[in-house]
Amino acid sequence: MRSQNRPQLAVVYIVLILVAMIMAGPFAWMVLSSIKPNQDLFAYPPVWLPKRITWEHFKTVFSHTNFFRYFLNSALVASIATVTNVMLGSLAGFAFARLEFPGREPIFYALLGTMMIPIHVTIVPLFILARRFPLTGGNNVLGVGGKGLIDSYGGLLFPYLITTFSVFMTRQFFASLPRELDDAARIDGCSDLGVFMRVCLPLSRPVIATLSIFTFTNVWDDFLWPLVIVNRDQMRTVQLGLQVFQSQFSVDWGPLMAATLVVTLPVLLIFAVGQKYFVEGIATTGMKG
Amino acid sequence: MRSKRRSYVCAYLFIAPVVLYVAVTSFVPMAVSLYLSFTDYTMLQSPRWTGLYNYRALLGQSGQMWTALRNTFQYAIEVLPINIICSLGLAILVNRRLHAITLFRTAYYLPVVTSMVAVSMIWMWIYDYDSGLLNNLLGALGINQVRWLTSPKTALHSLAIMRVWKGIGWNMVIYLAGLQGIPRYLYEAAMIDGAGPWRRFTGITWPMLRPVTYYVLTMGLISTFQTFTEVYAMTRGGPLDSTTTVGYLIYKLAFDYMEMGKASALAFILFIIIFTLSLINVKFFSSRVDSEV
Repeated sequence: MRSQNRPQLAVVYIVLILVAMIMAGPFAWMVLSSIKPNQDLFAYPPVWLPKRITWEHFKTVFSHTNFFRYFLNSALVASIATVTNVMLGSLAGFAFARLEFPGREPIFYALLGTMMIPIHVTIVPLFILARRFPLTGGNNVLGVGGKGLIDSYGGLLFPYLITTFSVFMTRQFFASLPRELDDAARIDGCSDLGVFMRVCLPLSRPVIATLSIFTFTNVWDDFLWPLVIVNRDQMRTVQLGLQVFQSQFSVDWGPLMAATLVVTLPVLLIFAVGQKYFVEGIATTGMKG
Repeated sequence: MRSKRRSYVCAYLFIAPVVLYVAVTSFVPMAVSLYLSFTDYTMLQSPRWTGLYNYRALLGQSGQMWTALRNTFQYAIEVLPINIICSLGLAILVNRRLHAITLFRTAYYLPVVTSMVAVSMIWMWIYDYDSGLLNNLLGALGINQVRWLTSPKTALHSLAIMRVWKGIGWNMVIYLAGLQGIPRYLYEAAMIDGAGPWRRFTGITWPMLRPVTYYVLTMGLISTFQTFTEVYAMTRGGPLDSTTTVGYLIYKLAFDYMEMGKASALAFILFIIIFTLSLINVKFFSSRVDSEV
């Protein structure tokens, strides 16, 4: 690799640039389409750079649909899921890594095993369970009578609150911290919870960052569960919101591309800031819902 | 002894939320799903036990299941090898100190970060018959337009192209991690022995990356077999069921036709297929690794 000569290097760069064009090209097409006036959008031969930039597609997105509401719904659900995953996942991860108790290994592996279950196996019972959830959405104690968690934030959040991935990831990290830390804290009179809160958690910023970024984007990007649990327009998430622009016979391409950009932007921003953690998350697990 | 018992209690309290939650959202649904697969259940009345009826109906001659299975297999067979070759190639390409290399890596995993629905919307516009980017480019080259998503001959391939594009960055990162774990001295020794780049690749890189390839392949199989989102967003299984995958058929049975029992049976068939494939994969690769290393 050190013996690279100039022509070879040039070839490498040409390949790198070509691939970058293929990988980023569709995004460029999306961005350009979202700011092109309609006559450029459907011009032949295609107009790459618009002569005039227009925001009309974005205006259409926010004035003709409930997109702002979808956006808030997604942000709320993804944020809450991130907090619960970090809190409850890392608490369990800590216990599995640093505390002794009977059944530790079998319980941990049973939890890990659930990562192997395809979502399609559980989606029907999860939907039934959400609909029959007692004392919500007009249901009685037996879960009959109303619509349960359908069309509610509780319903949207239902399968996201804790992932076994969060337990797995934090456990790996906590197991790598030196034992002496706990012992010192215990001698100073710390309880288990104290060791977790004051010693381990403050040291685990990188893993918390990775976990947060991963949880937030996974929930933000999910499609199947919201599709199943939401009927009312106001409860849609952004991913469902994109379907609004499609009708049976024609698609409103300009607004659709503008909306797609809006849906993608938050994740791209998070990605730009936390790129390192993103890669770490991917390297830790190939799993994605 | 007392304090030990107290610390057990503490540990159990710490894991209790996760264990209870996973029980409610994974183990119980798994059992319920198995039960429902032996029943006729439309959600309007309580489940009626029908034994193996659902399985027999699905596995019978006429079944849509065979079409869905064939589509799903074909999808996986088209997507996975290309994805693996491209992502390994890219990983090798970007695994070097070059100017702006981070910029290139970032461009390559942009599609990974973007949601499948957003990606589907962008590609629908690219694949559009009248005004899409691809047909425009083909037109400029004097080639006839292609019915990317609206012909049963091409729709599944179009989805596969998009899926490869979306997945390359993900596997590239995993391969990159694998490449960085290969000790440098192996290459240095091989170079002293006069091994060229191809010999170094087949003699060192590829065998050393076998565990990574096994991982990437297994994960790829698991995820392509569950394919749903792009099918729902772009083609709804059409035209003429040419893109109906098992994942989409399960959704259709459950939430369009309200045949919860049949959907559960198909979900279990999918589960068994995924499980078997993973096992074969493990067996195949672990025996190869044992005999060669």
